[in-house]
Amino acid sequence: MIKKEMIAMLLAGGQGSRLGVLTSKVAKPAVAFGGKYRIIDFPLSNCINSGVDTVGVLTQYQPLRLNTHIGIGIPWDLDRNIGGVTVLPPYEKSSDSEWYTGTANAIYQNLEYMESFNPDYVLILSGDHIYKMDYEVMLDFHKANNAEVTIAVMPVPIEEASRFGIMIADENRRITEFEEKPAHPRSNLASMGIYIFNWKTLKEALIAMADQPALDFGKHVIPYCHEKQYPLFAYEFTGYWKDVGTLSSYWEANMELIDIVPEFNLYEEYWKIYTKSEIQPPQYLAEDSVAERCIVGEGTDIYGKVYNSVIGCGVTIGKGTVIRDSIIMNHTQIGDGCELYKAIVAEDVKIGNNVKLGVGEEAENETAPHIYNHGLVTIGEKSVIPDNISVGKNSVIFGVTEAADYEGPGLASGKTLIKAGE
Amino acid sequence: MPVAGSYRSIDFTLSNMSNSHIQKVAVLTQYNARSLNEHLSSSKWWDFGRKQGGLYVLTPTVTADNSNWYRGTADAIYQNLSFLKNSHEPYVVIASGDGVYKLDFNKVLEYHIDKKADITVVCREMEPGTNIERFGTIRMNEESRIEEIEEKPLQAKTSTVSCGIYVLRRRQLIEMIEKCAEEDRYDFVRDILVRYKDLKRIYGYKIRSYWRNIASVEDYFRTNMDFLKPEVRAYFFKQYPDIYSKVDDLPPAKYNVGSSVKNSLISSGCIVNGVVENSVIFKKSYIGNNCVIKNSIILNDVYIGDNTYIENCIVESRDTIRANTRYVGEDGKIRIVVEKNERYTM
Repeated sequence: MIKKEMIAMLLAGGQGSRLGVLTSKVAKPAVAFGGKYRIIDFPLSNCINSGVDTVGVLTQYQPLRLNTHIGIGIPWDLDRNIGGVTVLPPYEKSSDSEWYTGTANAIYQNLEYMESFNPDYVLILSGDHIYKMDYEVMLDFHKANNAEVTIAVMPVPIEEASRFGIMIADENRRITEFEEKPAHPRSNLASMGIYIFNWKTLKEALIAMADQPALDFGKHVIPYCHEKQYPLFAYEFTGYWKDVGTLSSYWEANMELIDIVPEFNLYEEYWKIYTKSEIQPPQYLAEDSVAERCIVGEGTDIYGKVYNSVIGCGVTIGKGTVIRDSIIMNHTQIGDGCELYKAIVAEDVKIGNNVKLGVGEEAENETAPHIYNHGLVTIGEKSVIPDNISVGKNSVIFGVTEAADYEGPGLASGKTLIKAGE
Repeated sequence: MPVAGSYRSIDFTLSNMSNSHIQKVAVLTQYNARSLNEHLSSSKWWDFGRKQGGLYVLTPTVTADNSNWYRGTADAIYQNLSFLKNSHEPYVVIASGDGVYKLDFNKVLEYHIDKKADITVVCREMEPGTNIERFGTIRMNEESRIEEIEEKPLQAKTSTVSCGIYVLRRRQLIEMIEKCAEEDRYDFVRDILVRYKDLKRIYGYKIRSYWRNIASVEDYFRTNMDFLKPEVRAYFFKQYPDIYSKVDDLPPAKYNVGSSVKNSLISSGCIVNGVVENSVIFKKSYIGNNCVIKNSIILNDVYIGDNTYIENCIVESRDTIRANTRYVGEDGKIRIVVEKNERYTM
């Protein structure tokens, strides 16, 4: 009989609405990160590096790019005869078919998949965090404590603790209480959304709670296990971990990669991050180009000047263009004489000549100030920006725009220009 | 050999075969085969991982009646004749692994059939001034039938050289190779092409696109430097079909404070702190602070310590260059640097 000690279930169905136009066509886990990667590469690479070779990826929102990226799992060595990576979308059943209504509901709908590997433990992961973690060490901790459920936690500054699910543990790391986004946190151990369950416990809890609408791990399953007085343990993780759920945290996490020896180091041999590499040629830096404090992907041609930026693969940066503190994703073409400051430019964007992004005074975004802030300019994928356009801060452009779409010479700070239909 | 930053020379021929929908490819290897075998670790990079056909690596083996190394190109084929005999494809493409080019073999085959040729040899007119002493030269009549073949002539009569790429019927090849072996002859060019040139219909298929052979240090250097030209890069990197190579899972290249790169190719996994001009830097190399690299080729996984000056050099793969050193190829000569020092950092 097929037997896997631990299998992983990776939740990759979320929209990630706080990333604004970056996720209007792709699921958050498929958003590009760090020049050549996509966010999901980090948990997938962690899995294979931790010896977990069976991963179910739960998809729902805009799965095309995610599916194409994962394929049969070749880049992560997850193309296996038994196990490997399996994409698990919601599916029709003979009665009550439904979408995945919550994190735990998605897992519940795939009980059969998990059952088929006869696992002892199930690792629940989410597809929107940047980190390197050895899940095997966490499993050892789980076994050593005879836990039923282990929750990975990390210490956060106490003033930020009210943004997270907070675990209160005793001196043996057994969880005694927990609070979801407490106003007055009594501990600084934040849940990372990474769980190891004993398979039997998980199955029992999911079946018992099946009728709960929008069944969620943090809100329902963990409280259920706690109520039943199952031993719940907190596994403390102290390495680099970043939730890239907002545009500003996404931008910051990218910028942290360009430090001389970044806290999150992609150059370590022993814990490689794998991704699907579509482009292989080297990058070309022309006679008058500058590249300082930046990372640049394969096949990119730089004729301009790039400072403090993360540049993807197959990008072209024209002559006389100056890019500072920006993220440019794969295949984007930027014309000559442009100036980009604190811009996030998604994939396959075409920017004309003499375009300025991120100029002028800051102004709050008119439509979604909670998404577009920190002075960032965000350009959605496959957008086109014509020549000679100036764009202010906290602004967003999405779609194929023409000069006529702009009032006068450009787009003022805080404005939103979305021209793309669904 | 590594070529153009991210590739190996064999990638070009293998990609051409894959892009020409050739499904079954055998690589005959003998000399220093470890790095080649490593590179060919999986057929998936060139899309050869198919149920029909696939990629085969054929090294010399000891059998009951033969324990020789490959004694020549024809002998290499002879020693693997059963592979050819057990195949069912009507035609065979023979190509060397040291060419840098793009070619649709279907076009050559069409020409071969059209001309009712027995053997078609891909050839190219070399630019005036090219040293063609080390090539096989070809003289053709107006119908492109080959009248004369000379291997590495001291005084070349024509400027048309053989690219070392041949198309012929599988049965024809088997027959010729067997005959050749009976007579203890081992070389495909000398013992087959030259000897059969009047007996068989041997035609030349002329290509005009980019083709280089990296058999000598100068050629190797020049071919790599060619990739600094926008038209060469556009041809190989941007125009369909692509050239494929083994995926190394390296992070993007990184430029730290103080880096200054002009007219150069940089590959993934590199960390650049110094000055690089008119050079090709291969994968996973580290260039220290205040280094100056000019007009040079730095091969894979090289570590260059701080304050080092390198000009007109080819630095071998996996070298470790000490800090504060100087390597210059004088008088326009290319210097080959091999430095296997202990590597403490990184």
